[in-house]
Amino acid sequence: MTTSSPQTMYEKLWQNHLVEDAKGETPLLYVDRHLIHEVTSPQAFASLRFHNRPVRHPERTIATMDHNISTRSIKIDAAGEGAANQLRALAINCKDFGIELFDMGHKNQGIAHVIGPELGLTLPGTIIVCGDSHTATHGAFGALAFGIGTSEVEHVFATQTLRQNKAKTMKIEVKGHVGAGISAKDIILAIIGKTGSAGATGYVVEYCGEAIEALSMEERMTVCNMSIEFGAKAGLIAPDQTTFDYVEGKEYAPKGEVFSQAVVDWKELKSDADATFDAVITLVAKDIKAQVTWGTNPGQVISVDGIVPSPEDFSDPVEKESCINALKYMDLTAGTKMTDIQVNKVFIGSCTNSRIEDLRAAAGVVQQYQGQQVVKGVDAIIVPGSYRVKEQAESEGLDKIFTDAGFEWRLPGCSMCLGMNDDVLEEGDRCASTSNRNFEGRQGRGSRTHLVSPEMAAAAAITGHFVDLNSQ
Amino acid sequence: MEKFNTHTGLVVPLDIANVDTDQIIPKQFLQKTERVGFGVHLFHDSRYLDHAGTQVNPDFVINKPEYKGASILLAGENFGCGSSREHAPWALQEYGFKVIIASSFADIFYGNCINVGLLPIKLSEAEIEQLFKLSADIQLTLKVDLPNNVITCGELSFKFSLNEFQQYSLENGVDSVGWTLDKLDTIKAFEAKMPAWQ
Repeated sequence: MTTSSPQTMYEKLWQNHLVEDAKGETPLLYVDRHLIHEVTSPQAFASLRFHNRPVRHPERTIATMDHNISTRSIKIDAAGEGAANQLRALAINCKDFGIELFDMGHKNQGIAHVIGPELGLTLPGTIIVCGDSHTATHGAFGALAFGIGTSEVEHVFATQTLRQNKAKTMKIEVKGHVGAGISAKDIILAIIGKTGSAGATGYVVEYCGEAIEALSMEERMTVCNMSIEFGAKAGLIAPDQTTFDYVEGKEYAPKGEVFSQAVVDWKELKSDADATFDAVITLVAKDIKAQVTWGTNPGQVISVDGIVPSPEDFSDPVEKESCINALKYMDLTAGTKMTDIQVNKVFIGSCTNSRIEDLRAAAGVVQQYQGQQVVKGVDAIIVPGSYRVKEQAESEGLDKIFTDAGFEWRLPGCSMCLGMNDDVLEEGDRCASTSNRNFEGRQGRGSRTHLVSPEMAAAAAITGHFVDLNSQ
Repeated sequence: MEKFNTHTGLVVPLDIANVDTDQIIPKQFLQKTERVGFGVHLFHDSRYLDHAGTQVNPDFVINKPEYKGASILLAGENFGCGSSREHAPWALQEYGFKVIIASSFADIFYGNCINVGLLPIKLSEAEIEQLFKLSADIQLTLKVDLPNNVITCGELSFKFSLNEFQQYSLENGVDSVGWTLDKLDTIKAFEAKMPAWQ
């Protein structure tokens, strides 16, 4: 094979980062950017200390506090002793190894996958890793971005490289344009509903088609963020003018001539027209409706105008069994209209849906209800993805729209997406959540999660149930 | 990392698909800065009836007396999906598991297992079904021979394969960071050619 053979974007990114492909060894790739946080890094730092090894490129490493911080206070102790220990350890480790840290109260602090893009740390054509599976988010820029374990965090610290087996490639084309009111979250949930929750295991997926090209950068991030939820190693979207316009001028992005040269290089990244993929999936955008998950994995999802499925709807014995278990855990009866499901908690936030456009969309729905309040019996919280998002939202008066309607306006963090802090659901709670995982116990033992868009979450807060906003 | 050669152990069958890493080790137990202390919380929500973890759930397969001391976990498809937390393989390992056998694993989890010296083995769906059937009838003990890539049980044998370097790393307990640091010159040469924006 020569380099002139048609290549997919993944293959180009791979080739551009291949440090060594030695016989008998797993290929060694260069890592451009390493994002770290308090939960998956301490053991890696401990091992570096044990071996007396430095962080090779502290300037390529950026730390934030996000996973287990309080959303009520910027005090490090506010989320309990365990969290405080990890946060203090991160601060000490960053100081000792020379890594820039956005700690509690820093203007750049926020969820790793929100701050990377908004600060221009996320660039097309790079490899970005983080000890967090939603690192796939950065693929929205045409960066190869994926989650890693703590041993790999240590490997990147010490060498600025990572050993990776080459993944298979999958093209997911969303043809045409989505209807009014259909969000990026609905697109990705519809994709996962089609592939199933392990449909892309072993693959790096590339999203394309008119519906994807039409998305803003923040919407593309929502799509790529959930690539891991159907097993993909990473998700990619070809960088285009939308991407370049977003990156230009960001704090850490290249400037002037260097930026101009970067754009020239980034334009070469898109898959060649005649490149072949190992698998191709096609969706018709206009058929995608607002989505709500009914089960305990993100593939168990259906349109809001649908009904809770029955085990009999599945021919595959594993899916049938999963449906039985999910209905039991979720306390749902097959045949129930999705719009009849009542919730008592609403969470708008997470690396999937906590950016300014998400908050604007949610606030827009709240305004459509013209002064109506969050319905009695429902607790609804809004957790912006970063301090910059929070500030922007406040400058636009979004916080006021939310608080006037009875939502709680919180401080940035991962919050109830995984409930490592005190933003945890109680047993039996049913939550409309804009996060990414509806696993059993994810948001709290015995709690029930329905994944939805920010618009749907806002409507659920006001009405107490899911709403087909587009049929009103 | 400890070297892995052969291991003979009792199998515990966990016949559930899509077991995610939140189930393997829930988030409230991730607030540690050490690599130890996770085994007791393995499968917490299934293993214990109460949130505090004081009442053992007698119906959860791993708690059954006949599986006490099991060191091989026979799992359903897509095992280890979800979060990238390496705490999941740490917890499995600390509990006493040496080998996980399934028809498929989530990618990140699979890599994490290799990196901590916990052997993940992929077998075909038919083979997995056969093992689940066997383990329902008898207390199944398997011999896992990594150098020869074979699992045996009396007359039965199942071949498996690993990527060449992963096999080598497990067998030899390779310090993967040290291995790569020996190639620092190659990495530096790569860096010298990188464009300015990168």
